[in-house]
This record gives sequence, C-alpha cells and structure tokens, in this order.
Amino acid sequence: MNNDLILLGHGSGGRLSHQLLDELIIPQLSSVPVAGQNDAALLNVGGIRLAFSTDSYVVDPVFFPGGNIGDLAINGTVNDLAMMGARPLCLSVGFILEEGFSKAELARILASMREAADAAGVAIVTGDTKVVPKGKGDRIFINTSGIGAVEHNLHIDGASARVGDKVIVNGTIGDHGIAVLSAREGLEIDSGIQSDSAPLNGLVADLLPLGPALHVLRDPTRGGVATTLKEIALQSGVTITLDEKSLPVNPGVKGVCSILGLDPLYVANEGKLLAFVAPDQAEAALARMRRHPLGKDAAIIGEVTGASAGKVQMETLVGGVRGVEMLAGEQLPRIC
Amino acid sequence: MNYSDSFRDKELVQGLARRIADLTKGLSKPLVFMEVCGTHTMAIYQFGLRSLLPPEVKLISGPGCPVCVTPNSYLDRAIALCRLPDVIITSFGDMLRVPGSSSSLMEERAKGADIRVVYSPLDAVQLAARNPSKRVVFLGVGFETTAPTIAGSILAAKAQGLTNYFVLASHKTMPQPMAILSADPDLQVDGYICPAHVSAIIGADAYRFLCEEYKVPCVVTGFEPTDVLQGVEMLVRQALAGESKVEIQYSRVVRWEGNAKAQAMLADVFTPFDAPWRGIGVLPGSGLRIADRYAEFDAELAIPVEVEELKEHKGCLCGEILKGKVSPFDCPLFGGKCTPESPVGACMVSSEGTCAAAFKYGR
Repeated sequence: MNNDLILLGHGSGGRLSHQLLDELIIPQLSSVPVAGQNDAALLNVGGIRLAFSTDSYVVDPVFFPGGNIGDLAINGTVNDLAMMGARPLCLSVGFILEEGFSKAELARILASMREAADAAGVAIVTGDTKVVPKGKGDRIFINTSGIGAVEHNLHIDGASARVGDKVIVNGTIGDHGIAVLSAREGLEIDSGIQSDSAPLNGLVADLLPLGPALHVLRDPTRGGVATTLKEIALQSGVTITLDEKSLPVNPGVKGVCSILGLDPLYVANEGKLLAFVAPDQAEAALARMRRHPLGKDAAIIGEVTGASAGKVQMETLVGGVRGVEMLAGEQLPRIC
Repeated sequence: MNYSDSFRDKELVQGLARRIADLTKGLSKPLVFMEVCGTHTMAIYQFGLRSLLPPEVKLISGPGCPVCVTPNSYLDRAIALCRLPDVIITSFGDMLRVPGSSSSLMEERAKGADIRVVYSPLDAVQLAARNPSKRVVFLGVGFETTAPTIAGSILAAKAQGLTNYFVLASHKTMPQPMAILSADPDLQVDGYICPAHVSAIIGADAYRFLCEEYKVPCVVTGFEPTDVLQGVEMLVRQALAGESKVEIQYSRVVRWEGNAKAQAMLADVFTPFDAPWRGIGVLPGSGLRIADRYAEFDAELAIPVEVEELKEHKGCLCGEILKGKVSPFDCPLFGGKCTPESPVGACMVSSEGTCAAAFKYGR
C-alpha cells in the first residue's frame, strides 16, 4: 500500500489522525506527544494563567438541522477552552471563502456567529478574510482561535483520571454527527435530529466548585465518546468500563445509526462533555449538571475500574463485555 | 421499551445463556458452531455474546462478509475502471478501503479519481441520469440480500433508457460455500447459524441438502442477542440428540420457500456463474453475474480495461480466517502490520469483517 498521501481518514479524529500528528506534525512543531496534548495549551504569561486553542471548521453541508458552520466555529473553540476549566475571553476568526459563495448565506452564518459569541459571553477581537478561486475551496472554511483565563488551581487534564472516578456525560450522544449526516446530499433522512452545538463554558463554570474532585473534562467531538475515552484511558493509564444501558442516546439517533450501521459511540458531538469526577462527588456533579439547561439529560455512563496501559471496555445491554477502541478510518456505512 | 429492545432483554439473554451452559456442562469436546453472515459476526462481538457462553460452546466465523470474500482481481478491475477519465465509480462505503494488488479505491480517490459512496444503487442511477457525458459504474457486491436492489437498479436504468449506467457485478450466493466447508476434513463444524436476511430471500429449504449430505444441524437465526442465543440453544439440542435438520429460529421473518418476487427478479437480471471467493477458490455456481439479455449494463463487458497483474498479499491469513480455521488473533499480521487504517486483508476492512470486528470489540 502507498502511504504517501493524506486520506480523508486522517481528518477523522480517530487513529489515523493520531498517527498523522505523532509521525509528521508534532515531531516538527511541538515537544509534547499527542498523548500528552489537551484541548487547549496552558500558558503562563507573567504570572497570569491563560488557555489558548485553535480549530478549523469545514463541515459539509454548511447549514444543517440545529446550526451551521458559524455557530459551530464559535462553540467549538469556546468548548476547547472550557475543557481546561478556562473562562473564554476572546476569539479570532479567519474565513476562507470560495469565489461565488452567496453573500446572503455568509450573512446568515455571521448572524449565527454573533449570536453564539453573545451566548458564550466571548468577544470576537480580530479576524482575516481570504477568497480562493472557484473550485479551489468548498464554499466556506472558518478558523477560530481563542484565549481564556484560567482562574482555578485545579489539575484538570486528560492524564488525571483515577481509579474509582465516575464518568459523566451531560446528555444524549451522537446528535451532531447524525444531524449533519442526515442533511447530506444523497441521504436526506428526515430524522428530526438537531445538532447539539452549544457553548459549554457555563456548564463548566457550574462544575468548577467541585474543586479537586473534578479530574478530567473533555468534549467528545470527532471520533465520538469512544475515541475520547480511549484517549483519556491512554493518557491516564487506566481502564474505563462503560455501562451500555446508561448511555443516553436519542431514539432518532439510534434509528439512523441502526439503518446505516453506525455506532453512536463513534458519532461526533458539539455540545457534550465528559467529566471524570471522584466517586464521593459524582452525585453532586450530576445534580449540578442537571440543574443547567445543557445538562438536564446528564448521566453517569461508566467508571474507572483499574490501572492498565489504557483500556476501554463496555458491559453491553445484555450483560456481555466487549472492548471499545478508537475510531478507525472514517465511519462508513455497512454494505449489506 | 420499543420492539427491538425486547430482543435485548438482559434477563432473557442471561436465562438463555444459563440454559446453554446447563445443557453442555461436562462435554469432553466443545461444540463448534459457525455463523456465515457478517451481521451475525458483528452482533456476536458487539453484544459480547462470547463472554456469556460456557467454554463448551465455541462460535467461529465463516465466509459471510461480502467485502471480505471479494477477490483482489475484482478490486484491480474496479481500480482500472476508476482511472478512466469519464468514469464515476459508485459503491457502498466499505469497498473503498479494501486493498487490491497494489492500490485501493480510497487511494485512487486521494489521487483524483471520481469515486462516490452511495447508500442505494438507485442513487447511482440518478447520478448517471444527471451526468450523461460520464459513465457511472456501481460496484455490485453482496449476497442475496443486496443483489435484488442492484437488479432493481439495472431495471430502473433500462426503463429510463440510460446507456451510461453499468454494474461491475460480483455477487455471491449461499449456501454453496457451506457445503465446501462441511466437506473439509480439517474443519469440524457441529452446526451452522444460518444467515437471517439472506434466508428471507432464498428460504430455509435451501439448507436442507447440507443436513442430508453432511449431517450438520442448520438453524436460521435472527440478529438480535436473544435470537442468536436461542439459535445456539437449538443447535446444541440438535447436536446433543445427534440430529441434523433445518430449523427456523427467525420465524418472524423467514419462510421455508423464501421471497418468490425477489427470486424472480434475480433470475431475470442475473445468471449463476462459478465465482471466485477470496481464500476459498472458485466455487461452482456460487455467484451471480449479469445475464446476457442485460449485457449492455455489465461493466466488465461494456468497458474494456487493462487490469494489472494479480498479486496476493504475503502472510495474510484472510483465507483461513474466512474458512473459520484460524481466529484473527492467530494471524501474525493482526493488529501489527494489518490494522483497520492500514489493512492488508479484506477481513480487516469491512465493518462486518471478522478481523475488523475482533479489532474493534474483541481485544
């Protein structure tokens, strides 16, 4: 096989993405291996602690049920900062527009960005716009970068999971991926599923009073809950055991997944977080989440059951046990 | 609780598992049952059913994943076709990552070939109607469950008068490979978990000759956990009683005679041929090619291309795995040289492949 080319799977957020980072990108640009990376970098600038993160948005289609590329670009970077427990302060926005893109659509996207930024309480302070010839881009790509203030002394990190921790998710999984997929040309399933795209900084602010009991926060975007948990298991050197019957999954998501042979554990989310909390504070964390509008369906979905080289397993609905691995390649529909 | 949840009831499943354990307790040699449908392979891994069964019952996987049994030569022809400038290849997703002799469709797509994943062959027909200057080729792979939809696409293209829609057909049929496996002296199969939806088309009667000629129990089984375990229990009871007959566990869907309408459609559009199966070889009458009266839709005849010389991948045990002789964990390439993102053999590619399922769920 020829391994010289970038494949779509390198952008899936799963194993191929990790390989690309580990083998090519990080050795040139950073001293921290991918397994040690978090959603945002922590900086200490003259005694002031900041979180800094960046993300690019290339979603297709640009408009989908429950959102569009604009609010996604704001919420995504806000959430990356929030996962460090940081208070998002300001964002930059870079647009790459394809010649011929409609101004009316751009206006709709900008309105969503404005609205999302206001909802997250974050200012857009600088930006850039480039236009590429028709056929050299796909309508619109957006990059956002953000800075947040770290105002706590907690060690919230993917490497901080401990044996006994409960794993909590703030609501149903897989909604974003299925909303986008069902709007995609050629599929057009009327699933009624809306993207869960939302800023999580408010929810995180409600969790910070838990103090040192809060060990890990991470948003399971590309690659889904399975891939994110595997990353945390590897980073922390632990075994995570999920309980399939506790996983909150919207019936519509379940239906589309079963038609297309997809697994909700691997489908992207844009308004979900996974929190690892010390067992004695788990109920308190759950109660805090459920009081917040973005956490009313929160559930404990598993726990850290031991030390290992990084293993995720799941007790299935019927009481069997199976392994859970990272997303491999792209999630592809089944053939028969 | 919705309809499908009732087939995933934990108490029911555990009760079935206990009954199987009681029935088989103390057997000196484990009973070996083979499933020959990729969806069963997936269901067994996905629900962790092996972990519920006693050591006296062993489940092994056979040649039931259509992508996995598709030989390199087919991929090589599809790759040669996709390199033609006016050809659009359409396929279900799994085929894209399957390695041919020296490339894969996914790699060709990265190099610029026009290859599109569709969810129905009718989408490929529409694509042909919208692109009259292009030749649209659908990769027709799959068992009797998939073949009728592809037959339907050929009939639709004919009805619309399209001359730019083609199918590269390599359909496989059951149960011929089961006869080959039953005759194999190295393989001891005590019973077959027969496919669910394939049987809905071909009917449970199709397996009768296996029971008669090879004295092997056959149970047509559904895909839900309670289905699979009930099917296993029925096989255990037959094996212990020394019986070999066809039974239908999946009676809510499968009939003895099958689906006459789908069978007629297959007989109209396709014709049986001696199909090559990866790792197993050419089996007489085990595949479907496009019938002569629809030859203008046959990509192999209508679009001549030069296909590269066939190369098999060294060390890959797909063939033995497809026959159930070795488990993925016995293959020296598994998890090392052969992973889902860099597969050597087809069993690691398809979501229904034994190696892919073992990699994702089984470790």
